[in-house]
Amino acid sequence: MLTADVVTALTRLATEAEPAGLLPAREQMALSLGWHIVLACFGVAFPAMIFVMHLRGIRRDDPVALGLAKRWAKVSAVLFAIGAVSGTVLSFEMGLLWPGLMGTYGDVLGLPFAFEGLAFFLEAIFLGIYLYGWGRMPPKRHVLMVLPMAITGIVGAYCVLAVNAWMNVPTGFRVVDGEVTDVQPWAVLFNQHAFLQFAHMWVGAYMLVGFSIAGVYAVGMLRGRRDAHHRLGFMVPFVFASVAAVTQPFVGHVLGLGLDERQPAKLAAFELAETTESPSPLRLGGVLVDGEVRWSIDIPRLGSLIAMNSPDRPVPGLDTIPEEDHPPVNLTHLAFQTMVGIGTLLAAAVVLFWYQRRRGRDLLDRRWFLRFAAAAGPLAVIALEAGWVATEVGRQPWIVYDVMRTTDAVGDYTASLWWLLGISTVVYTAMTVGAVVVLRSMARRWRAGDADLPSPYAPEVHAPEASS
Amino acid sequence: MSLELAVAAALFVGVIAYAVLGGADFGSGFFDLTAGSSRRGAELRTLVDHSIGPVWEANHVWLIYVLVIWWTGFPESFAAAMSTLVLPLLLALLGIVLRGASFAFRKYAATLAQARLFGVVFATSSIITPFFLGTVAGGIASGRVPIDGTGDRWSSWLNPTSLFGGVIAVGTCAFLAGVFLVADARRSGQERLAEELRVRALAVGAATGVLVFAALVPIDHDAPTLAAGLEGRAAPLVVLAGLAGLATMVLLWRRRYAVARITAVLAVAAVVSGWGVGQYPWLLVDEVTIADAAGATATLQGLLVAVGLAVVVVVPPLAYLFRLTQSEAWSRSDH
Repeated sequence: MLTADVVTALTRLATEAEPAGLLPAREQMALSLGWHIVLACFGVAFPAMIFVMHLRGIRRDDPVALGLAKRWAKVSAVLFAIGAVSGTVLSFEMGLLWPGLMGTYGDVLGLPFAFEGLAFFLEAIFLGIYLYGWGRMPPKRHVLMVLPMAITGIVGAYCVLAVNAWMNVPTGFRVVDGEVTDVQPWAVLFNQHAFLQFAHMWVGAYMLVGFSIAGVYAVGMLRGRRDAHHRLGFMVPFVFASVAAVTQPFVGHVLGLGLDERQPAKLAAFELAETTESPSPLRLGGVLVDGEVRWSIDIPRLGSLIAMNSPDRPVPGLDTIPEEDHPPVNLTHLAFQTMVGIGTLLAAAVVLFWYQRRRGRDLLDRRWFLRFAAAAGPLAVIALEAGWVATEVGRQPWIVYDVMRTTDAVGDYTASLWWLLGISTVVYTAMTVGAVVVLRSMARRWRAGDADLPSPYAPEVHAPEASS
Repeated sequence: MSLELAVAAALFVGVIAYAVLGGADFGSGFFDLTAGSSRRGAELRTLVDHSIGPVWEANHVWLIYVLVIWWTGFPESFAAAMSTLVLPLLLALLGIVLRGASFAFRKYAATLAQARLFGVVFATSSIITPFFLGTVAGGIASGRVPIDGTGDRWSSWLNPTSLFGGVIAVGTCAFLAGVFLVADARRSGQERLAEELRVRALAVGAATGVLVFAALVPIDHDAPTLAAGLEGRAAPLVVLAGLAGLATMVLLWRRRYAVARITAVLAVAAVVSGWGVGQYPWLLVDEVTIADAAGATATLQGLLVAVGLAVVVVVPPLAYLFRLTQSEAWSRSDH
């Protein structure tokens, strides 16, 4: 199905003479944003979990919690570092890949980024203070240093989402004779769509991070390590993830309302609505081949109910939209359904877990549940990525919806962007391998009983770190 | 002061801050690279890690600050510079990515072999990044970035002004780092290391000083607008840079390391400001002025609000972080 989309993209390339740099620029953006977004989630959600753990350690004088907070802080140092650099890549790419967008609309969309930069600044400062403050600060002040990180992570995420919401529902400017005038940057920062999009992403970040961290300890329990350390390490992030997972379907639903008016083509692609049907079915799976829906499981009426909040109002089909304004339908549809499917599965799983717990049954004693919990992290990552693919690909062919086409935003570097993409793939792969190697070796040493990692700069001669 | 100029000034404060604070971090990579074998260099490498570990991410944000203010305040010129100078920018970006990642990886590396690999990547990229950013500055300052972004992809940064800009950037970074590392070594009681670093900082300082002033000759031919500014309006800054640099050398010689940090920062800030004042009122030299490049007025006002907010909410914690890292309590080498 993906191939089908690539083929469509390629044929379009040939027929409409798209700029030769468009496809590699898109892939480049997808690679770097898709990679960064996972780490950004850790920047948003991890500090809150560290805070809770650290606070518990201090309040209850709990060495297990304190030990976990300390380790998580070190993990977050590694993740934050590569998140910071991959975020920098994006700020370069805004100009390098999309000079048409930045040259024309830089002053329209820029202000939220300025506030995002501010938030990130604070996050970096407090991370430095927190990480190096262990044993060097009064414990009560020290734990408070995580809080600003938790807050600025949220503010930063809001600002970035404000820009993305603006790309989907542009506002705060007018185009007169081809010139952008009457710019209202505050209207962009506080555009009405931003809050919902932010909420969806924010909750998603808690799901991703919560399930991922909990999964690590689930794997430990599967391997027979069933101590207080693993139980607590599992439970704190799992509580965060549980709350997020049951909230997310509601947030997503509210976010989707009105999509038929905002971006009908995106909705039609989400729902795989080739023609307008009343009432519209919910289509599970399926692809569009030569203008016909194939291999889908249709559930009557449910499409109208979910998408339109009504028993019979139809989902407007792709037939109401000019051919040249169609997004890549199959990719959008499947990405959207992947997100919804995984989200529903995760929400159901946490409900089951807590229900059974109320009835006095602990699913942590069941190997099948631990296996599922271990898989929940990667599943949440896939759901988040799929959500982004759905919303970003679904916006095409527009970079700023109904205002600027992506073809007009891209630079004229032509084929040399393929080189860049190749090099980036190598660099990102290397960074991923590096991070995995380092995090695994940290875990291994911790398991072996080294609370403090030795300074790795010399053969045995140098004194190991004592207090970190 | 006009609105555009205020935003340009705020932007340039970011450039100076990045050159000084980020510069000291990058320069540490130079000393890290030249520290010798694992056994011999361990002490210095631990010092580098300890010295920039808590601050490098905060210092790095100045770059993002500069980019954001640039594209928001002066969008067309940003797009133009990005298009023309795409190659050195990408190479600098590669350096930034590799440096940040490998620095973090090294600290938690499992084996000496891994630490060595990450260390080499960190140190090398710490040198190439300021070099390429320096060539970018040179490309803009010598008037090689047309506003439509169609400047030559190679000669825009492979020219005398750019190449000198690159080498000067590497030199000033190393000079700053040398002075700060000497002071750190002394504070943590590593006298032998401090002595060793002192000699190397003096050598780097002398070389960089000669380089900065030697660059004035090719710049005279290659970038006449900038040269006229440097010899005119910016002349006091050039003189100040020379004096502060000289004073730093004397202070280093006399082992007055704490004070030397101040004069070193002053010298580098003066060099960078000299460039900015020298090319005023141009944003892209000979192509577009600050006033003409500015974006929407409401946006510029919003930016100033953001900058004002930054002064209120960012500067105090930043000062706190620096105070902690430059204090005795955090200098214990047990971390």
